[in-house]
Amino acid sequence: MAYQFDFTDVILKGIAITVELTIVGGLVGVSLGILCAWARALGPKWVRPIVAAYLELIRNTPFMIQLFFIFFGLPSTGLHLNELVAANIAMVINLGAYSAEIIRAGIQATPRGQFEAGASLAMSPIQTFRHVILVPSLQRIWPALSSQVIIVMLGSAVVSQIAAEDLTFASNFIQSRTFRAFEAYFLTTLVYLLLAILLRAAMRGIGAIIFPRRRRA
Amino acid sequence: MSDFSTWDILRNLLLAARWTVVLSIVSFIGGGLLGIVLLFMRIGKFKAARIFARYYVELFQGTPLLMQLFLAFFGLGLFGINVPAWLAAGLALIFWSAAFLMEIWRGCVDAIAKGQWEASASLGMGYLQQMRYVILPQAIRIAVPPTVGFSVQVVKGTALTSIIGFVELSKAGTIVTNATFQPFTVYGFVALIYFALCWPLSKSSQVLERKLNVAHRNH
Repeated sequence: MAYQFDFTDVILKGIAITVELTIVGGLVGVSLGILCAWARALGPKWVRPIVAAYLELIRNTPFMIQLFFIFFGLPSTGLHLNELVAANIAMVINLGAYSAEIIRAGIQATPRGQFEAGASLAMSPIQTFRHVILVPSLQRIWPALSSQVIIVMLGSAVVSQIAAEDLTFASNFIQSRTFRAFEAYFLTTLVYLLLAILLRAAMRGIGAIIFPRRRRA
Repeated sequence: MSDFSTWDILRNLLLAARWTVVLSIVSFIGGGLLGIVLLFMRIGKFKAARIFARYYVELFQGTPLLMQLFLAFFGLGLFGINVPAWLAAGLALIFWSAAFLMEIWRGCVDAIAKGQWEASASLGMGYLQQMRYVILPQAIRIAVPPTVGFSVQVVKGTALTSIIGFVELSKAGTIVTNATFQPFTVYGFVALIYFALCWPLSKSSQVLERKLNVAHRNH
């Protein structure tokens, strides 16, 4: 063949966007999850049903439909988002709901005595939550939370459908230029596998930093 | 151009939702059967089978379902097999759910105390007898809630098959949107139909978990 294709740039950009979506989704999404878990388990009575409705709605509909609703549906209410912003918002909303349920399980597994001990030190409920309850709760559910972050990272492949230029978009692009579908998708699949393995290692590393004491292998 | 009433939109979506249901059932049952085979490989005696099952799960849980669909759809075509969208969708979903179900069930078998294996072995039971009379009856009780819970993931997973051109609820949503220019309404309905399919499943999973757990504690 006299000509050659070089798609390194497209793939690298795709990887960068997938990683960016995962980091933003992971950080903001888990923060949202902590907030919702607190509201659901310990928050004011009137907030609980609202948060519960949010969790049930997101957890029982496909990520792709949430994404389409945000990207295609919201503009008719006057809210126009570009594809990357829409993808980020969808990731945050999705992971927020899933991680909230996981973190809530961790909070509810906290022995009552911990709350009472916090109260007996004259801590307000929020202080107790912040200083006594939160970190051990996260530690308890960290493996499940890590898996969920990985699942959401893999789920982000769908954002290519609203033309956000992630890794899957890159493979579709290559496929449409070269008609070498199998090679393009196989390579991308391997990159995703690698990203998943790296992400699991990263989550374990983050866990080791946040929970230095009583660390179990 | 004809006008679409809200009822027309909803009717078309509900007609397409049948295919979401059919594909979910096929994938769940197929994935369950394959998952059982993999489970016995994973906890069986043969080392090669154990390693195979472990990497199978690693591969299918570590790659996006969308990529698996693409590979089934375009990859099999490479071997000169003309794969229709429904077949690629069914195959990919079966392989994908088998990996997750096997991993769920392995956790349940692992949760059975080692003493149970030893006790049944000391009664002179063979491997299959141990499984049939001692391990599985206990493991199944633990396995039911997460298995029902996973069926929700299967229903949601079928949404991705629209991308390779299988016409189910999500694809119908896109088609109807293109005809009506009412994405807000259409995707709102699509989301509600998915919710109506999934919510009873996740609720019953929660209820089952509570019930079976109580029974377990009373032993």
